[in-house]
Amino acid sequence: MTRNLRIGAALAGAFALAALASFVWTPYDVAALDIAARLQPPSATHWFGTDHFGRDVFSMILVGARVSLAVALVAVGIGMGLGVPLGLAAAATRGSMLDEAIMRGNDLVFAFPALLIAILITAALGPSALNAIIAIGVFNIPVFARLTRGAALSLWSRDFVLAARVAGKGRARISAEHILPNLSSLLIVQGTIQFSLGILAEAGLSYVGLGAQPPTPSWGRMLAEAQTMIAFAPWLALFPGLAIVATVLGLNLMGDGLRDALDPRIRRARA
Amino acid sequence: MLAYALRRLLSLAASLAVASVVVFAAIEIVPGDPAAYMLGMNASPEAVAALRAQLGLDAGPVERYADWAAGMLRGDFGVSYTYRTPVAGMVADRLWVSLPLAVYALALSTLIALPVGVWAASRRGAAVDAGVMGATQLGVAVPNFWFAMLLVLVFAVNLRWFSAGGFPGWSEGVRAGLKALTLPAIALALPQASILARVMRSALIETLGDDYVRTARAKGLTRGQALRRHALRNALIPVLTILGLQFSFLLAGAIIIENVFFLPGLGRLVFQAIAARDLIVVESVVMLLVFAVILVTFAVDLAYAAVDPRLRRRH
Repeated sequence: MTRNLRIGAALAGAFALAALASFVWTPYDVAALDIAARLQPPSATHWFGTDHFGRDVFSMILVGARVSLAVALVAVGIGMGLGVPLGLAAAATRGSMLDEAIMRGNDLVFAFPALLIAILITAALGPSALNAIIAIGVFNIPVFARLTRGAALSLWSRDFVLAARVAGKGRARISAEHILPNLSSLLIVQGTIQFSLGILAEAGLSYVGLGAQPPTPSWGRMLAEAQTMIAFAPWLALFPGLAIVATVLGLNLMGDGLRDALDPRIRRARA
Repeated sequence: MLAYALRRLLSLAASLAVASVVVFAAIEIVPGDPAAYMLGMNASPEAVAALRAQLGLDAGPVERYADWAAGMLRGDFGVSYTYRTPVAGMVADRLWVSLPLAVYALALSTLIALPVGVWAASRRGAAVDAGVMGATQLGVAVPNFWFAMLLVLVFAVNLRWFSAGGFPGWSEGVRAGLKALTLPAIALALPQASILARVMRSALIETLGDDYVRTARAKGLTRGQALRRHALRNALIPVLTILGLQFSFLLAGAIIIENVFFLPGLGRLVFQAIAARDLIVVESVVMLLVFAVILVTFAVDLAYAAVDPRLRRRH
């Protein structure tokens, strides 16, 4: 295991644990308002301070981790669940109408950055965490479809696939039994990267009010609320931001580390 | 080359047509009647019906789409439901903030990232390289709107070198305008510069290992000469692609950053329009941004094909 992978996994794991722990325990109740204790700087009782309602910032970050991780995880699931089969189908029918249709469809979705999809969905259906998931998930589909198609195309010309075709296996079966397993490490690495991009996107969407709605704490909205108080309560802006940076950094390091660990060519080059 | 350009132009037109249908359909499913919303709770049914007719809302969806699309081709984006002014004019005003901001950020990130990437690649494995890689790893992980808030805290609240937000307008002079856009542009440029520096570095390292660079070195060129005359030019090809991709992200990112600095750009316009259910404005801004993304992709494809003849062949 490389150093990147260890540090990254530790950081990302810590936030996954924080998100899970928040279901059973937080230092304070995030819904409880305590006006007498409002805007306290970080101290032994409130590690990350309190906000303008007297809510404990540390507890809010723990619960916010839940939203961030859940949105990003489901969005990656949507991207992979739809993008990978589309990419496999395009590669298996290379040059056909189906391939062309899938790739042009991909180009089209690519022209809509996640933020624009979110704006359209929100204009139509109103803001919610679910709409943020859909927006980021839709944006992930062409990423996985493109990657899968490209990698699958090079596998289709390999001898073991030829052998499977000679053995009489159909295109769908070859895709599932021979192509997909050989793409798994590539998909894991890309999945980690999209996961970290998803966390950033969710933070951005909830910052502009297109994500999780009050009273659910989310890192992006905590930052939006902190903005007007930054001159006299900078800790409100500091800690949610650090939480985002640490999670995204952890996932990126993990992605790099996984790539090194899973790609034998790089491993040989390093040795 | 011409045949390639024509083929790409056709697919550009097709993408635009399909994208406009998608945007129109998304807005079409919005519940509620804009005419009733504009006139408020106490409007008489007759007044609502009259306004619907005036806005052209009583026609069928196909007819309204044709109307909207034909209008956009003429530069007529319709009339805002809330402001009762032509959307094209509103968008044009806001574009004078968003576009300079995106270009400013793109210029900043290119000017910083390319030399840094070249520097790191030429000192591969040294402390400089490790430092650059670490810094860019961090730069990619920082949300730009949070970085923007930190910039405000340091340079506006504490040092008072810049104002914390707002835009004086270009009528106050180019200097004042650029000054107001400086912190937003830096915030926007940071993650882009990090990505660009990494791409520049890895592309250059790859070309430095190629045979023609070895040949150039064997002919007696120094490392620096071989890098400047041979490797750098080829390494710029992937950098060009990323630059094109980044522009669309910069425009989208500008929408969020504008909110941090209270800049009267497209971003503020679109969020105000969402809140006021001024859907024709939302529709126009989204369509305009999608158009920009498709157009930049097209330009990059052409530039790419001009540099690399292999790409002119299909696939």
